[in-house]
Amino acid sequence: MRRRRFLRAAGAVLAAPALPAAAQAFLPRRDLAALVASVTGGATPSREGIALEVPALAENGNSVAFRVRVESPMTEADHVRAIHVLSERNPRERVALFHLGPASGRAEVTTRIRLAVGQRIAVVAALSGGRFRLAEAAVEVTAAACIDEGT
Amino acid sequence: MALGRIQVPARARRGEVVEARVLIRHAMETGFRREADGRAVPMNVVNTVTCRHAGREVFRAELGSGISANPYFAFWFRAEESGEVTVEWVDDAGERGVASARIEVS
Repeated sequence: MRRRRFLRAAGAVLAAPALPAAAQAFLPRRDLAALVASVTGGATPSREGIALEVPALAENGNSVAFRVRVESPMTEADHVRAIHVLSERNPRERVALFHLGPASGRAEVTTRIRLAVGQRIAVVAALSGGRFRLAEAAVEVTAAACIDEGT
Repeated sequence: MALGRIQVPARARRGEVVEARVLIRHAMETGFRREADGRAVPMNVVNTVTCRHAGREVFRAELGSGISANPYFAFWFRAEESGEVTVEWVDDAGERGVASARIEVS
């Protein structure tokens, strides 16, 4: 039954891309809301005046364009003190912490981040008055970081 | 591997908010990779990046393995006086690097 053999072989080829998905199952999904609460100390952050720019679909998890912008006059009296970048499914949940201040002039940071798998990420801005702002976004990743020979 | 650079505008007006761009050459080893013979490659990432201008810290980043290899940052600062804008960084192995760029403020 040559046809059956062919089907089996074709099936094996088609099933192969599913393997990374099995590897992804080892990265549990964290509760992003709890992570955010650990930063804000339980205070409810506002979702206004903060923008997170990440691609909806990233081809390579090793380098994903990231930009966060917070509306703030950045004066001594009213500025963004810090911006926390939190991951739902990376092996380490804290991606980065940026410290800013009045000398920054503008609360905007651009970088490139690693994503182990497709996931949601959250940015929390801590304001000088003790309040917080939150933005979240989901990124799908076609080729993941941290699995295999990621650079 | 303590190579890196910072770019800022050559000129600015006093008080103008300008962009700085920093690029550091570093593998940002996650600690999850293995050599071909199975030995784990130890984690070694640039864990702190600090930028100073006119005697003040204008930007500081605390980083982990979630930042891409050859880390890149763009951020803003208020140009206060002519002089150097300096960025310093250190990795988990204690290796330090520094780079600076000059800005003329009028």
